[in-house]
This record gives sequence, structure tokens and C-alpha cells, in this order.
Amino acid sequence: MAHFPKPAEGSWTEHFKLGTEPISYADSISPEHYELERDAIFRRTWLNVGRVEQLPKIGSYFTKELDAARTSVVVVRDKEGAVRAFHNICRHRGNKLVWNDYPGEETSGVCRQFTCKYHGWRYGLDGGLTFVQQESEFFDLDKADYGLAAVRAEVWEGFIFVNLDPGDTTPLEEYMGGLGAGLAGYPFEKMTQVFKYRADVGSNWKLFIDAFTEFYHAPVLHQKQAVSEESRKLAKVGFEALAYDIEGPHGMVSSWGGMAPPKDPSMVKPIERALRSGLFGPWDRPVDVDLPAGLNPARHPAWGVDSFLFFPNFMLLVWAPNWYLTYHYWPTSYNTHIFECGLYFVPPKNARERLAQELAAVTFKEYALQDGNTLEATQTMLEAGAVKEFPLCDQEILLRHLHKVCKDYLDDHAGRTPGTPLRATAVS
Amino acid sequence: MPILPAAFADLEPYGEWSLRTERERYAKRLSSSMEELQAFYDATFPRLEDALAHLDGLDFEELPEDAERLLWLYYSVVNASFPVEVWRQARVPDSGAASIDCVVEPAV
Repeated sequence: MAHFPKPAEGSWTEHFKLGTEPISYADSISPEHYELERDAIFRRTWLNVGRVEQLPKIGSYFTKELDAARTSVVVVRDKEGAVRAFHNICRHRGNKLVWNDYPGEETSGVCRQFTCKYHGWRYGLDGGLTFVQQESEFFDLDKADYGLAAVRAEVWEGFIFVNLDPGDTTPLEEYMGGLGAGLAGYPFEKMTQVFKYRADVGSNWKLFIDAFTEFYHAPVLHQKQAVSEESRKLAKVGFEALAYDIEGPHGMVSSWGGMAPPKDPSMVKPIERALRSGLFGPWDRPVDVDLPAGLNPARHPAWGVDSFLFFPNFMLLVWAPNWYLTYHYWPTSYNTHIFECGLYFVPPKNARERLAQELAAVTFKEYALQDGNTLEATQTMLEAGAVKEFPLCDQEILLRHLHKVCKDYLDDHAGRTPGTPLRATAVS
Repeated sequence: MPILPAAFADLEPYGEWSLRTERERYAKRLSSSMEELQAFYDATFPRLEDALAHLDGLDFEELPEDAERLLWLYYSVVNASFPVEVWRQARVPDSGAASIDCVVEPAV
């Protein structure tokens, strides 16, 4: 029996007209398909590469390896305080411009200009070429012609995005659409206490998103995390979302979360009772937040977390106790990707608050280990090809949507003239 | 030589759990037996409130070194609580060969 109301059509999936047939995972098991995704998706969409807090002052920079989009970018705060991005390549002979010891590893720092390690060419924070070693040896070289190759960079709610599509003029805010607009004003900027995790995962990038865009698995896969009576109860009840929303290529799920704090303290572990914290975060809210309209859309009193997937690979989870979580899935091949996670809290005022955050962070990691462990085997079995169709339930609507959007982007890319912008309506 | 505040002399035998990074604490947990984890937990968990009271009496921005080491020790208590309170094994069940590394964490 349903605990929370569904749309008049009887299901979220039918409400959003996504079809109810079994899906194929042919989009996750071949190098050829992945090559199409690199151009049709990762070089054609806004990609979140970081937060403004990573660029605290003029000259602050970081690099981001975007293997799926076939490039590496340097993101920097320029002299005017604006965020800019460039392809991470020296205009002289193609040496990777910014790196430290290992050209393939990301780096960050503060500088007044970028100096190429190879022949000492220098570039200002605006990308302009400012110095050429032995300039008189060159032939009619005009430095104005050899600035760094710019990449469009825009900021939404403090999140820095880049877009590698020279033909796409859709502003970031428009791309983020109604789901993004619904989050405007949330105090992300107050949550500067950061924990970050990283894992190399042996699966297609979409499989991990699939795992994290549904909570249907949670009472089962994570059953052994909880004290046993509680976990038996959870597994019996299963999972139902409070609400789902889909707009353009993006989607969100809104979930209950009665564990922060729990109704009955005996539901949780002794350490959680002692530190007043757990998977859903510290129980005591550090700041008062007027929730923007896009959070807890069902306005349910038991609301716990909203999880957004901003296409293609950026997930943002905002938790009722006023902290947030980010996931990124960066493909490195058709069956491997780098998983990155960030937990962002209001900086603790004392050791008690700090320990509550430590418990939330470590708890998150233990759950993610269970989530990640299933993926490599899933990948192997999907590649075996013995089974080709997979039924998805209504609580798996966001992954049904994700695979459909990926297909729409590939179809659109195949059909469009190079250089024309991809219309957001093409994928709704 | 003691490393913790004097009031926590009884926890000195577990001083090796006072580790600065999550990576070290997690590695220590994985390399410990259930008996060792249980003994560590049994000694430290009942002193949690005392530790919080001690630490909260200090300026969190400028914790003395011994207090900082006490805090690290309690980060380890958090890490070790999972196997002791629920799993009865050092690794989270059903996680096989999966690994996730903490690459950024707060300085304190």
C-alpha cells in the first residue's frame, strides 16, 4: 500500500510520460557507445567542475581533468574577480600548461600568471599571452593571436560550470532550468566545511548514477548498517519517495528522513545517540534556513533529503539538517569512471559539532562502499549479454529518465549540423 | 610521555589511535582484530561525554595540542564504533574490494 500520494495517472513514471517498458543497458557496455557519449554529451553540456570557495582570491586556480570531454581545463579567478576557464594547453607547441609533477593529475594553487614549463611562455589571468621566450626568433608572431583557448565558464549558486560546446549559447542558469531555479537562495556559501572522497570505479558512469538516483535499494543493500530490529522494519516497509520531479534533462527525488533526529532513540546506534548525528547528518541544525521553493516540494513534515541529478553527471543532495552533498561521475572509459563526493557543512563552533560531522562523513563512506561494491560485478554481467532487458519500477524513474536523456542527446547530436546549439526542448 | 590531557590518563594505552587523518584511522581499524576494536571502544566510549565537556571548554579555533590529540582519538572512536556496535567485523559487510579514499578533510 502506498504511504505517500502519487500523481493522478497512478505512477510518477506515467505522469512524466517516460514509458513503462523494460530498459536496455546497451548504452553502458560498449566502447563505441561511450565514444558517442563523449562528443554528444560531455562536450555539449554544462559540467560542474567545482565551487567558488576553491578560488578564494585573485589568481586562485585549479585544474580539472575532463577525460570524457577529451580535455583538461584550468579554472582561475582573474584580476576583476571573475571566474574564467581555459583549455589547459600552451599555445606554443601544445604542452599541457598547468600541472605539478604528474601531468595527468589535478592541481591547484595561486599565481600571478601561468608559465609554461617547456619554453617559459607566460599567460595572464585573463588568458592573454604576455611573454614569449626569445620572441625575436619567431616570424611575425603577434602575441594577441596566441592567448589561451577560452572555455565558457559560468557560476550558478556558487557552483562553477564549464561548457565545451562552442556552438551552444544557452546560459547556465537557463540550462539549470526550473529545478535549478527552485534552489536559488539556499545558503550553500555558508557550508564551507568540506570532506571529499574519491574512488576509481570499474563500471560505466551511468550505473553509479543509477544506484544513487533511486533509494529503492537502500533498505535492502544497506540493511546491515542499522541496528537489526530497525533494519528489519525498514526492509519490510521498503522505500517510497515523497515526490519526484523532472524537467528537461534534469530530475530530482524528494525523500522522507525521520532519522535526524529519530522519533525513538533506540532506533539508532549508541554512537549516533551520543553524538546526535548519523547518515542524515547532525541532528542539531546549525543555521535557520527558509527553504527555497524547490526543496521539499511535497511540503511533507517528515522530509529528509532532496536529491537532484543535473545532467549529465552532477548530483546535489540537500539534507533537512542544513548540509549538502555532491556526487560527480567522471567517465574514463566505457566501463570505468572516477567517483567524487563532497560533504559540505557549516563550520563547527566546537568539538561536539565537529564530531557530529565526522560521524556523518564516515557513515556516508561506509554506505558508499556498499554501493560501489556492486557496480563492477553488474558491469561484468551486463557485458556478458545473456540478459538484455531490465524492468524498472516507479521508484526507479530517475534512472529510466537518465538513460532516455542520454539517448536523446545522442540522437540529437547525430542529427544536427555541427555548431548548432542543442535545444533543451529536444530532450524533455 | 603522555600525549592526552591529564584527565584522560586512563586512555593513554590507546594513544596509538590518536591519528590525524581519516586514511590513517581507517587503516588502523582495518588492521585491528575485533577484540582490539572492542577493547578500544569499551575504554573510550564511556568517556565520550567527559571528552566533549573537556573539549567544549576550550576555544575550538585554538585547541592545545593535547586536546587536539584527544579529538583525533575520538574521531577514531567514531570510526571503530561501526564494527563494534553493529557489524562484528572491521570492514562494512558486502563491500568486498571496493575502496573510497578521503582526499580532503578539515584541518582539525
